[in-house]
Amino acid sequence: MRALRNLLLGMAAVGPMLGSALAAGGAPTPPTQQWSFERIFGTYDLAAAQRGFQVYSEVCAACHSLTFVHYRQLSGIGLTPEQIKAVAAAVTVPQGLDDQGAPKEGPGTPANKFKAPFPNETAARAGNNGAYPPDLSLMVNARVGGPDYIYGLMTGYGTPPATMVMQDGMNYNKYFTGHQIAMPQPLQDAQVTYADGTTASVEQMARDVTTFLAWAANPELVERKQMGVRVILFLLLMTGLTYAVKRKVWSDVH
Amino acid sequence: MAGLHKSDFTNPVINWIDTRLPIFTMMQKEYGVFPTPKNFNYFWNFGALAMVNLVIMILTGIFLAMNYQPNTALAFDSVQHIMRDVNYGWLIRYVHQNGASMFFIVTYIHIFRGLYYGSYKSPRELLWMLGVVILLIMMATAFLGYVLPWGQMSYWGATVITNLFSAFPVIGPKIVTLLWGGFSVDNPTLNRFFSLHYLLPFVLVGIVFLHIAALHVVGSNNPLGIDVKSPQDTLPFHPYYTIKDSVGMCVFLMVFAAFVFFNPNYLGDPVNFVPANPLQTPEHIVPEWYFLPFYAILRSVPNKLLGVCMMFAAILVLFVLPWLDTSKVRSARFRPIYRWVIWVWVLAFMVLGVCGANKPEGVWVILSQISTFYYFLHFLVILPLLGKLERPLPLPESISQSVTGGRGGGPMPSGAAAKPMEKA
Repeated sequence: MRALRNLLLGMAAVGPMLGSALAAGGAPTPPTQQWSFERIFGTYDLAAAQRGFQVYSEVCAACHSLTFVHYRQLSGIGLTPEQIKAVAAAVTVPQGLDDQGAPKEGPGTPANKFKAPFPNETAARAGNNGAYPPDLSLMVNARVGGPDYIYGLMTGYGTPPATMVMQDGMNYNKYFTGHQIAMPQPLQDAQVTYADGTTASVEQMARDVTTFLAWAANPELVERKQMGVRVILFLLLMTGLTYAVKRKVWSDVH
Repeated sequence: MAGLHKSDFTNPVINWIDTRLPIFTMMQKEYGVFPTPKNFNYFWNFGALAMVNLVIMILTGIFLAMNYQPNTALAFDSVQHIMRDVNYGWLIRYVHQNGASMFFIVTYIHIFRGLYYGSYKSPRELLWMLGVVILLIMMATAFLGYVLPWGQMSYWGATVITNLFSAFPVIGPKIVTLLWGGFSVDNPTLNRFFSLHYLLPFVLVGIVFLHIAALHVVGSNNPLGIDVKSPQDTLPFHPYYTIKDSVGMCVFLMVFAAFVFFNPNYLGDPVNFVPANPLQTPEHIVPEWYFLPFYAILRSVPNKLLGVCMMFAAILVLFVLPWLDTSKVRSARFRPIYRWVIWVWVLAFMVLGVCGANKPEGVWVILSQISTFYYFLHFLVILPLLGKLERPLPLPESISQSVTGGRGGGPMPSGAAAKPMEKA
């Protein structure tokens, strides 16, 4: 079991390393962080994910959609049904047609998907100086380096080197390919006020929102890993039994 | 009574069926008592593992198709619907997604087994050629399947690969239009790719049946590469090889599970988590890992048509391998030079894989050209000459003599002599 765990840990460790080695072109590899969900028995740090949800709602959601997540799924980061209903009811969503055939709107329910800040890409570009804020549902999976990259991007803003000519309206970020990103630095110290009293430094908020986005991209992760441990244990047992039977069957051959 | 098959089965229901349709007799003959060389090593597991993998792929694929939408506007979203909303959809999809990689790992090892032990040589030429057909259909199926999630790499991979056919003079552009169902990769392309991706695995099942039927006519090769000479050289397939294959299957499933449950996207490309966008080309278009060696061969040639021809030739050359290898000795164990040469070829194939993963610039260009050259040199020059020049080691008299350490064929093992019919 220990050997298997080491093997799997080794695989888990080699994976991101290879990935970040490939990413090296154009921008430095963001430093590797410790994440609660990356270890073999890892789960999401629910307090961090809930704080991250607050950061997403108060900061990111002004521009970025979360298309593939439903409000009901927020139970996955530990919200109660009442809290989820309250979150969903705070937005207005289309509710089909009224008796006259006119489009109707009303408060959201847990069955709704996260409401997008813009109705379509054109509106999003018009509101963001021509840049399109990408959907964040899968962002942690869609970038080489995964959570390390998201954390690096959130904390990688700074002043450009003197030799660098910045385009109009662009911002310097050391981990972004080409170093010129349309998104202004989204997080400032004490930008949100955490209910649990955690100090809202840029690093803390970046860590929390990355945890939330990792959950949004892989909501099945905890169930998957727990099932995986059981499956591997079962298969180890089966391998042992099968090999014993094989030895018995073959004992009369040689 | 004319027409009724004589059945040895005593169970009245089985007997009734078997006398009218002797499938039980057939299974008993082909998988029960089927005489199998007694000296297989674990390399001989991989055919059975490929079969298991094919079944896993078809089963998970059927359930995925129940929830997937082959429409450019819906495909990406429907995959996320499977991952998030369908009960255990994430499990089914990750098994299918990683199953493709597992299928190629297992098949490549199976092919290496054939190369190392000379399984392609007379009388198994047709068996081998059917295997190459299986490889080709597998590759087509994997490519079609990768397009279906309609991510950036799906779309651009489809664009690059279908465009290869445009290199052929006169008919090239017509082939591409036919593949696309229009004038760019679009909804008709996705529709027909989905249809073909569902069809080809069943074609595969048919060819696999022929592959196994041919195997059961000529019998299995073995690590010594010498013919079976007497019943003492063989064991009944069941229980000896059913249990040995089961051990391999458990280990294989463990590796499979490690990927599915603990790092399901390790072998995938992050770019495919971005929905397809015809207006934005990814920085670096790469196929899945199992196509990388062939992708490197394609790119190692500066001329597009020649590159495409070389890529196809890299697989088609396998069809004539039984006639290119002039050595009469099958197993590399008794070929002192070939047993090294084959590893150099494996190295060249792996270097090609690494070249395919990197941008074609600098050292990777020259490395992939050298490796491509060696890939073909191996088949077209080294193998024909080696058969004439190499002095093979003396072959053992028989399998049983070799297994029992030269004491000659001993008495038949009691397990092998048991009447297998009693198990039915």
